[in-house]
Parts: sequence; C-alpha cells; structure tokens
Amino acid sequence: MSRNPLIVFEGVSKSYTLHYHFTGGIKNFLFHLPSYIRKARSSSYCALKDVSFEIRRGETFGIIGKNGAGKSTILGIIAGVLKPTRGKVAVGGRISPLLELGAGFSFELTGRENILLNGIILGLTRKKVLDRMDEIIEFSGLGEFVDQPIRTYSSGMLSKLAFSVVTSLDPEILLIDEILAVGDLNFQQKCLEKMMSFKKSGVTIVFVSHSMKQVEQICDRAMWLENHVVRAIGDPGTITGEYSSYWKDR
Amino acid sequence: MTNKKKVKSRNLGYFKDLAIILTQKEMKVRYKNSFLGYLWSVLNPLAFAFVFFVAFQVVMKIHMKDYVLFLIAGLFPWQNFTNSINASPMVFLMNSTLIKKVNFPRHILALTLVLHDSVHFVLSIPVILFFMFVYHRVPSLSLVWGVPALLSVQILMTYGIALFLASLNLFFRDLERLTTILTTALFYFTPVIYSETMVPDKYRVLLKLNPFAMLMISWRNLFLNGSINPVYAGAALGYGILFFCLGYFFYSKLAWKFAEVL
Repeated sequence: MSRNPLIVFEGVSKSYTLHYHFTGGIKNFLFHLPSYIRKARSSSYCALKDVSFEIRRGETFGIIGKNGAGKSTILGIIAGVLKPTRGKVAVGGRISPLLELGAGFSFELTGRENILLNGIILGLTRKKVLDRMDEIIEFSGLGEFVDQPIRTYSSGMLSKLAFSVVTSLDPEILLIDEILAVGDLNFQQKCLEKMMSFKKSGVTIVFVSHSMKQVEQICDRAMWLENHVVRAIGDPGTITGEYSSYWKDR
Repeated sequence: MTNKKKVKSRNLGYFKDLAIILTQKEMKVRYKNSFLGYLWSVLNPLAFAFVFFVAFQVVMKIHMKDYVLFLIAGLFPWQNFTNSINASPMVFLMNSTLIKKVNFPRHILALTLVLHDSVHFVLSIPVILFFMFVYHRVPSLSLVWGVPALLSVQILMTYGIALFLASLNLFFRDLERLTTILTTALFYFTPVIYSETMVPDKYRVLLKLNPFAMLMISWRNLFLNGSINPVYAGAALGYGILFFCLGYFFYSKLAWKFAEVL
C-alpha cells in the first residue's frame, strides 16, 4: 500500500496562536505588555490533532468534513503555506497552489491580464502563459468579456476564469478547495472532465468538497475529518455514506 | 549537479517573471483610471519644491543660489524613497489572498513595490534635467554611471526597510501610522531642503549617523556637480547592505507565520 506515497502526514498537529491581541497594534501592546504576554501564551486554537495519512502517486484523494474541521489547514500545510506545529510532513512533487476563487486576482485588471498574472504566480513562465492564452480563453468561455476589468465579472465568471488558468498548468499535485461549487452546470461539467483528464495523465489530486456526489465520482479514496481528527479513511462510497447517515441521525 | 543547476536557473527565471509581472500589475492598478498617472509622480515633488521655495527663499530669505534647482535635485530622490517606505507596511496585507494560497517567495512583493517607485523615479529624471537646463547647467556625463549606482544603493536600502516594516506590520497593525510620522521627521533631519554645510559644526557628525543623509547628499551632488563623494556613497552602500541584511533576516524569521496572522 505504501508503495511510492507522494504526500505523507505523520502525527501532524497544527495549532494557531491567537493573534487578535497583537493586531491591536504597538500602542496597545506597549501599554498592556504583561497581560499580552500572558494571553499569548495561553490562547491557542487547535486546528489539527495528530493527523496521519498517506496519498499515493496518481491518486485522487477526497477530504470531507464540516466547516472548521481542519480541511483547509491540511491543504495549506501540503501547499507549504502553513507549517505544522508537531509531526512530520513530506511532499514529493511540484504543487499547484491552493485553488480558491480568485486568489491573487487583481480586480482592476482585465481577464486577459489576470490570466497572465495568475499563470506566472502559479509557476508558469511568461512565454508559456502567452502560448496557451488562446486555449485558456477558449476554455473559460468568457468570450469578449476577457478584455473587461474583472471587477465587472459575476462570481460565476470569476470561477470560470480561475479554473481556466489552472487547466493550463502542469502540476504533479493539484490541490482543490471547493472550486467546483460555483459556476453553471455546463461549466461544472467541463471542470469535472478536465479533472478527469488530469487524473488520467497521472496527476495526484487532493480534493476538498462538500458535494458528496463529486467526491464519490472523482476520488479513489476519501478521508473524513471530524473535530480536527481523522475519523475514517477509505473507499469514497463508504465514507460519504457514513458521513451522510451520521448527519442524518443527529 | 546539472539537475540542481537547472532547478536553480528555473527558480531564477520564475523570480524574474514574477517580479516583472507584479511590478507591471502595480503600475496598471495604481494609474489605470487616470491619464495623469505619470504626471502625479512628478507633480508631487514639484509642488513641494514650490512650497519650500516660497517658505524659505521668498519669506525667510535663505541665501542660496538656484534654490529651486537645489530643492528639486533633493526632493525627487527623497520622494522615491518615502513613497516606498510609506506604502510598505501594507504590502503583505494587501496581498493576503496570495500569501494564504500560494507558496512563493513573499519578499518579492516588497521588491515589487520598491521597483515600481524606482521606475517612476527614473522616468522623472528628465524633469530634473529640464530644470538644470532652465538654470543653465549642463548635465554631467557621470550621470550615466552615477544614477544606476546610487539607485542600486537606494533600492537595496529601501528594500531592506520595506521588508522589515511589511513583516512587522502583520503583527502590529498600527505600524503604518508610526511609519508616516517617522518619515516626516526624517525628512527634516536629512539635508534635503537645506545643504549639509548649513548644519552647525558640532552637529555635523550626526549626519554621518543618518543613512539617508549620506544617500541624499550623494544624489544632489550627482545632479548639481556631476560628482559623487566616495566616502558618502560608500557609507550609504554600507548602510544599504546593513539594512537589507537586517530586513531580510527579520522577514525570514517571520515569513512562515504570515499565512496564519493574515
């Protein structure tokens, strides 16, 4: 089973120090120094407790759980944006960034300019983005809107633009956070197809979703997070079934 | 070995592409809706030059030949410096979505800011030359190497300070106000609207402790006399390297926490 795991989490815990008292500013900090230090030591929030799992090369791995269970924290740690407090994490591949609507988009720029900006931020060279520009615009289906500033876009159009940029990447690991929840049915279908073709070409996908149907459809395995700990890992059909009935019984 | 080299050159290319595209973005975003974009960056120091001219030469009768030219030669570089510094506390905050989602060298955002203002400064040099022409001065050939040299020092210094302020501001969000106060104070402690020779002898040694004084005096001498005092410029370079190292050290200690506190 553990042949060639691409992502390994071993007893990973993540707690955040609550910084709200710091962000009050230097003035407050200096005037209330002792109580600040006390608070900073005692207050922390635990987002993940002793989480262990492995994701194999070429696998599509779904993560489900209610809001605040720690799903996005896991993606953040895989992406290297967050650092685990305890435990070991090994990631062995080129990672696409966490995909979420419009991360890094600049609202004053046009769709076309944002494609270039986003593509480079996501790790492509300038030349590559320009070469694939037509393809990306074609996929987005935005037509002539692509030359409008994106502050005029609807949220559906934004997600189309965001996902279209992703399609032009060639990552080894794709992290997807709820991106398929928006956009019209037609486009959702297109995204699913694109993900399937990524999957076929051997890309490892980590997929966070609230749509049990999508998880069942796409994933090879799924993990259920509950209250910051792993509740179950296994066949997506079984897991999503348990998850749904768990919430029905409540 | 060659593989390692490849990765390195790939990273360097990525870094370059990223820096260029982000600088372009900054330029487009800031001036997209105004035709006067370029004009603003020139108008600001010119307006201040006018104000100081009225205050000090017309009203307070300061004795200095070609005071307007003197002001302009100092105010333009100073403006370049403070624009970056005053904007730097916000640079990570404003790009929070990016920092939370993408693992890329974040210090590039601060670099972008500094480069953006430097491009504006370079574009405004013809205005300085125009005023030299008005005052019958001939620009020296040494500008050709002097401007890139001093600009590099200034970028190094500003970049370091910007990194420090941008990182710290994520933890203390009122740093922005403090920064504006400090840059205003620094402006009057630095020989921009007065010359270093007007500083009383017993305080002149303090000028040496002011990194910005070293740099601003060098800029003005370069424009007005076509010469650079190697001691001053060297001191500025020394301060620049020091600031950059400190800023980068500070940033690298805090960088892993950025995504958490944003």
